Amino acid sequence: MGLEDLVDSLGQNVLTTTVGKVIGWGRGNSVWPAQFGLACCAIEMISTATAGVDIARFGSEAMRASPRQADLMIVSGRVSQKMAPILRTIYDQMPEPKWVISMGACASTGGVFNNYALLQGVDKVVPVDVYIPGCPPRPEDLLNALMILQERIKAQGIVTR
Amino acid sequence: MADAANGGLTVSIEDTTGQGVTITQSGQQGAFGGELLTINFGPHHPSTHGVLRLIVDLDGEKVKRVKPVIGYLHTGIEKQMEALRWQQGVVCTDRHDYLSPPINNLAYALAVERLMGVEVPPRAQALRVIMSELTRLSSHLVWLGTSGIELGAMSVLMYCFRERDTIMDMNEEISGFRMHTSYIRPGGVMADATPRFFDLLAKFLREMPGHIDEYEDLLTMNPIWRARTIGIGRLAPEVAKVVGASGPMIRGSGIAWDLRKVMPYSGYENYDFEVATNDGCDCYARYLVRIQEMRESVKILAQAVDRLPDGPVNVDDRKMLPPPREELETSMEAVIHHFKLFTEGYSVPPGDVYVAVESGRGENGCYISSDGTHKPRRVKFRSASFVNLQALERMALDHMVADLVAIIGTADTVLGDVDR
Repeated sequence: MGLEDLVDSLGQNVLTTTVGKVIGWGRGNSVWPAQFGLACCAIEMISTATAGVDIARFGSEAMRASPRQADLMIVSGRVSQKMAPILRTIYDQMPEPKWVISMGACASTGGVFNNYALLQGVDKVVPVDVYIPGCPPRPEDLLNALMILQERIKAQGIVTR
Repeated sequence: MADAANGGLTVSIEDTTGQGVTITQSGQQGAFGGELLTINFGPHHPSTHGVLRLIVDLDGEKVKRVKPVIGYLHTGIEKQMEALRWQQGVVCTDRHDYLSPPINNLAYALAVERLMGVEVPPRAQALRVIMSELTRLSSHLVWLGTSGIELGAMSVLMYCFRERDTIMDMNEEISGFRMHTSYIRPGGVMADATPRFFDLLAKFLREMPGHIDEYEDLLTMNPIWRARTIGIGRLAPEVAKVVGASGPMIRGSGIAWDLRKVMPYSGYENYDFEVATNDGCDCYARYLVRIQEMRESVKILAQAVDRLPDGPVNVDDRKMLPPPREELETSMEAVIHHFKLFTEGYSVPPGDVYVAVESGRGENGCYISSDGTHKPRRVKFRSASFVNLQALERMALDHMVADLVAIIGTADTVLGDVDR
């Protein structure tokens, strides 16, 4: 339905909504991820952005190289003890409101690597909104996580944490 | 630490906090009278192919020194494998060089098999070659796509990942998983390929040469691509030898060193293919080498499918591989073997072995030391990415900082492979 059709069908009526709903709708449909890959899952994250799966359908194709422009951090892969402070720095550099998807078994729990080198779950350093299982998860899994996150953002409205 | 190569520049690096690195620098003068500027490149820079950190000294925009700082993806894979049984270790090999899992599996499987004195059946060998070449293709496709993006050719990635996805579909068909297949295992392969796999493969082989032409149309004569790669990142053949470079890095310097030819494994001596080389020694030469390798991989795949022998895909050794499911219902012996294998595992005779295979990045070696128990005493990977990274400074010296991105790309390092 084009804009003209909308005007025709609505006539002289006025749409009313709440600011919270509009903001939630806007934020939910333009979640910009930080372009930030760690390990195997990063390759599947790139896959998600390419033509086959096309994350652009959900408004998240704008991977931002600077965390200052990003809303979403996709922790795509294993986080080593050495990387953890840097990851936290990137998270701190992102402006509010911000969300985190923990992609894959390693980011969520340490995965198969229960050892000295890896952080046993990225939720030890940043708050995680959605966890994705899989090693690595399929691109469709990442899309699903994004949709779950979008629903939450839309429900959240104007409230920030 | 004094470095004679750039005029006695003193950079001392001390790890003060255990988490960061403090850099102090002497007042070294650059060519135009200004001081050298030290910048930090990474570890979450979008162009570093993962979490590589470089400490770069710049004179204006010229690179005077590059020091890679690695370890941001250190996973403890080698140590982890000491805690896993021999058949479980395959899972870890998938995850160190995450762009070529089956080739890593192959290196590990060949090493274990050599210690045990086991020879896998011909069909398993051919399937291993098929998976290795598919992996080489997908690895080169990821390289080509990401390198394109870094130098401003955004659309190449879309084309490359289209074909990579068909390879992932084949991986899924043959092993049930897209990336980390764990398909090649000590004693053979996971399961025989399905008819649908061969249908997909036949279609892929018909279409792939045309797709490679497509990538070449986009890049080979593209003036921007040529300007950004020709003469950039020169790696002289003797330097390539000194640093121990392998794979497209050394073949792009005109040395025809390919383990598939010089130390054939898994029946590679039976296939007719050329070793792609180029004398250009620059980023463009390495690009041409990789494109040519993709064409050769398609050739090998076609031959492997044509001549695929019949027969079993695993060694017939109940001490090494589990018995077929149907035997478990009729044979007490099979139940015992099954139980022993999945509780204790098998043990490998004591000894040390080194086996190297040619991955998309170069010599991917696996060194195993066994003490005769059911777990390895030590597993060490000689990863091509780590060694090729040593050439980075030699290639980047006196180039512009923007060219550094092209040079990191051409080294095709996978940080999981560097840090392990």
